[in-house]
Amino acid sequence: MNAAVIVFPGSNCDRDLAVAIRTVSGRAPRMVWHGDTDLPAGLDLIAIPGGFSYGDYLRSGAMAARSRIMRAVVEAADKGVPVLGVCNGFQILTEAGLLPGALMRNAGLSFVCKTVGLRVENSRSIFTSAYGAGAEITLPVAHHDGNYQADAATLERIEGEGRVAMRYTGQVNGSANAIAGLLNAKGNVLGMMPHPERAVETAHGNQDGRRLFEGFLSLVD
Amino acid sequence: MIMKARVFVTLKPGVLDPQGRAIHHALEGLGFDGIEGVRAGKLIELELADTVSDGDIEAMCRKLLANVVIENFAIERLSTGSGQS
Repeated sequence: MNAAVIVFPGSNCDRDLAVAIRTVSGRAPRMVWHGDTDLPAGLDLIAIPGGFSYGDYLRSGAMAARSRIMRAVVEAADKGVPVLGVCNGFQILTEAGLLPGALMRNAGLSFVCKTVGLRVENSRSIFTSAYGAGAEITLPVAHHDGNYQADAATLERIEGEGRVAMRYTGQVNGSANAIAGLLNAKGNVLGMMPHPERAVETAHGNQDGRRLFEGFLSLVD
Repeated sequence: MIMKARVFVTLKPGVLDPQGRAIHHALEGLGFDGIEGVRAGKLIELELADTVSDGDIEAMCRKLLANVVIENFAIERLSTGSGQS
């Protein structure tokens, strides 16, 4: 698998994501700096990591979404290249307009760092194919701005189109419809607040995240 | 000539503002009565050459300063002064 991980100033899950991709696929992804203009050719996956890009200045993900490399990411996404954004990566994807809605401050105002229950709502996507429909999994979350909000018409549309990839099974951050992961209309872009890359190895105590990468790999290789 | 403009970014009505609510509770905790509601926003001050048009500032708001999915913005141009800003 030919993958790239985008690195912004303040990214802090870039290495974890790279290790997860390498562990599952056997091939290390290319690390691409935010100031670069071009992506490597022939990518099977662009991964946008968690962290605090640009110190979360203005709004989480706002600066990163306007960085030079994101123009290339948006172009690639429009052409159908799969894009996975985790945590800050999800925030960047909404700020870049690749996914609708916005991720706001958690309803309880606190940073939430724990393992949460999730239900996989759409198991037909390239990212969730390894999970059965309605599968209940657990993944770690660690965020301050994970409260997904969109207007009523947008929520109705994304629900109607089956674009909610996964939902929290309990109260986590106040997200509308408990949305934890969201697909774009074409299904090649997934943004999710939970961290699949932190649930890959036995030592993590949970390998539910590994299946996301394995399922994806089985479709592209 | 340097011109100043202020951009006020506020959450759209109806968008939940947990920060505003926390401030509200804190003010009440300090004994202030009669607070009907609190909404928190941002103030961004721009120093601009006088060639920058109102349309340019609005474009800055739409493209970066505000997330129009959840936020409104208002632009206030301040009086133009000499270049000694």
